[in-house]
Amino acid sequence: MTASGTFGYGEEYEDFFDISQLGGIIVKGTTGSHREGNPYPRMAETPHGMLNAVGLQNKGVDYFVKEIYPRIKDYNTNMLVNVSGSTVEEYEDVARKINELEKIPGIELNISCPNVKEGGMAFGTSCPSAVSVINAVRKVYDKHIMVKLSPNVTNVAEIAHAVEGEGADSVSLINTLLGMAIDAESRRPLLSTVTGGLSGPAVKPVALRMVWQVSQAVKIPVVGLGGIMTAADAIEFMLAGASAVQIGTANFIDPLVSVKVIKGMEDYCERHDIGAVRELTGGMITE
Amino acid sequence: MKKYIDDFIVTDNRRLNGEYVILTLELDRDLPEILPGQFAEVKVDNAPNTFLRRPISIHDVVEEKRQIKLLVQEIGEGTRVMGSLQKGDKLNLVYPLGNSFSDPATKEVLLVGGGCGVAPLLYLGRKLKEKGITPRFLLGARNSEGLIALDEYKKVGEVNVTTEDGSMGTKGFVIHHPLMRTDSPVYDHVYTCGPEAMMKVVAKYSEKHGIKCEVSLENRMACGIGACLCCVTDTKDGHVCTCTDGPVFDSTYLKW
Ligand SMILES: Cc1cc2nc3c(=O)[nH]c(=O)nc-3n(C[C@H](O)[C@H](O)[C@H](O)COP(=O)(O)OP(=O)(O)OC[C@H]3O[C@@H](n4cnc5c(N)ncnc54)[C@H](O)[C@@H]3O)c2cc1C
Ligand SMILES: Cc1cc2nc3c(=O)[nH]c(=O)nc-3n(C[C@H](O)[C@H](O)[C@H](O)COP(=O)(O)O)c2cc1C
Ligand code: FES
Repeated sequence: MTASGTFGYGEEYEDFFDISQLGGIIVKGTTGSHREGNPYPRMAETPHGMLNAVGLQNKGVDYFVKEIYPRIKDYNTNMLVNVSGSTVEEYEDVARKINELEKIPGIELNISCPNVKEGGMAFGTSCPSAVSVINAVRKVYDKHIMVKLSPNVTNVAEIAHAVEGEGADSVSLINTLLGMAIDAESRRPLLSTVTGGLSGPAVKPVALRMVWQVSQAVKIPVVGLGGIMTAADAIEFMLAGASAVQIGTANFIDPLVSVKVIKGMEDYCERHDIGAVRELTGGMITE
Repeated sequence: MKKYIDDFIVTDNRRLNGEYVILTLELDRDLPEILPGQFAEVKVDNAPNTFLRRPISIHDVVEEKRQIKLLVQEIGEGTRVMGSLQKGDKLNLVYPLGNSFSDPATKEVLLVGGGCGVAPLLYLGRKLKEKGITPRFLLGARNSEGLIALDEYKKVGEVNVTTEDGSMGTKGFVIHHPLMRTDSPVYDHVYTCGPEAMMKVVAKYSEKHGIKCEVSLENRMACGIGACLCCVTDTKDGHVCTCTDGPVFDSTYLKW
């Protein structure tokens, strides 16, 4: 799958390859109403990664339903909507509207965006607030709910466990790690918001560790992401306990990366005489 | 316009001075249509700290030779590695990206460039010339050393220059050139690319005289294809992507 905020609505990549080869596309974060996002500059390159502070720029759920959904509904892959909000009511409102869309098989509940002032990550950093969002959304949304977890917490397994208890169907992690960058010469921050979310290979070891911890704490499927650039990276996430993976930032460097990773995983299975990719889940050998 | 991802082969690296090179890249088949003002996202291999692709304008296109030219100013690791590429090296490009400069309403045009912002103006000038319009260039630099590849521009149109130290052409900034000091300018459409401060004064002058002014922005980009929303600029319609709605904008549309 491709990660939210890094693959647009899929349309942006159609020129490069047949996107139906993907397991799924998680579209941009969608909120209750139009959001302009944060001021420029919103991006800074950092060693083996990047910081972003997009701030959930999107035209709101009604626009999505009316204008974007008709364009993307017939893509022959799982189109999941990343649902974000500042209040429990906003999450609920967006989820209820997406629930009406026949061709959207599930949502990814983003309770981990570090780039908005209110809500967002705050919901994903404490058990009671995570529980309140999922509990409310579960009541209005009857298809698959994947909950996207924040790495900016001390005990991610505890939150995953709480989320599972409220009826989440799967969890995905990690969203970006809170970070910042300064230009020493001008003494100014490189992002308009000072802090932003770190992604790319720089976060991979942290992501891998968290996927491993969470997979031991929950029974629902775990979707791993954070810094995947190659098939080997993806396989590491599977071995740590993920049932599926998402690719984000790597799409910017190689728009074809996802299909290369899929092919590389198949080759790996063949080489190791493994019947199906899913047999890799949790296959790390520790003794 | 359809976007491509292709490996090009470097067939020439012409060093202009300590800071600038022109790379000639060749494709093994016909090039798709490329419009003036468009850019490519260049993957820089063997640059350990250069993680993302680098946006670089299309400086020129030689269709019959399947060649693209890039004018590169070496300011950091990514551009320095590009500057050190040798004949035979491979370079991967996602291209052609972005919108383009629009056609002028009349034949009277002025193309104002500064620094590496002169890059897209050569191909624009060539396309205008093909339409029977003689482009009038106004190129500015700190000193004569910074005025690059003037020979190429002279082949395409009329070249005027300014230098801050007066070592060539009119002394001062582009805005001090007689072409921009007059109260009755002879052109109806201004195209500009370069440092933001320069583009702002050019835009202000144009707006004051009721001339259409198109500016080409160089915002920081990650994807270059409209997928990440990192490159936005503020406009009358709110935040829009520089990589897909731009890089060329009508100056009056921008809030800057
Ligand atoms: C649409 C577009 C067209 C461009 N066309 C050309 C061109 O034809 N020729 C050319 O030489 N350059 C061009 N640039 C600028 C070029 O992309 C940057 O100079 C390059 O990304 C710097 O990479 P680096 O690794 O060498 O430097 P870095 O080490 O990444 O940066 C060095 C310095 O440059 C600044 N910088 C980084 N990215 C940019 C950027 N996108 N724009 C301006 N400054 C930046 C950084 O803040 C830093 O201070 C263009 C940029 C855009 C967005
Ligand atoms: C530019 C950008 C925008 C993003 N927007 C969103 C978003 O809207 N919703 C979300 O849940 N995650 C968003 N993310 C986080 C990614 O989906 C992903 O969790 C993170 O980047 C780590 O994966 P990666 O290292 O493979 O990119 C964004 C990331 C980037 C780089
Ligand atoms: S650079 Fe990604 S949207 Fe423009």
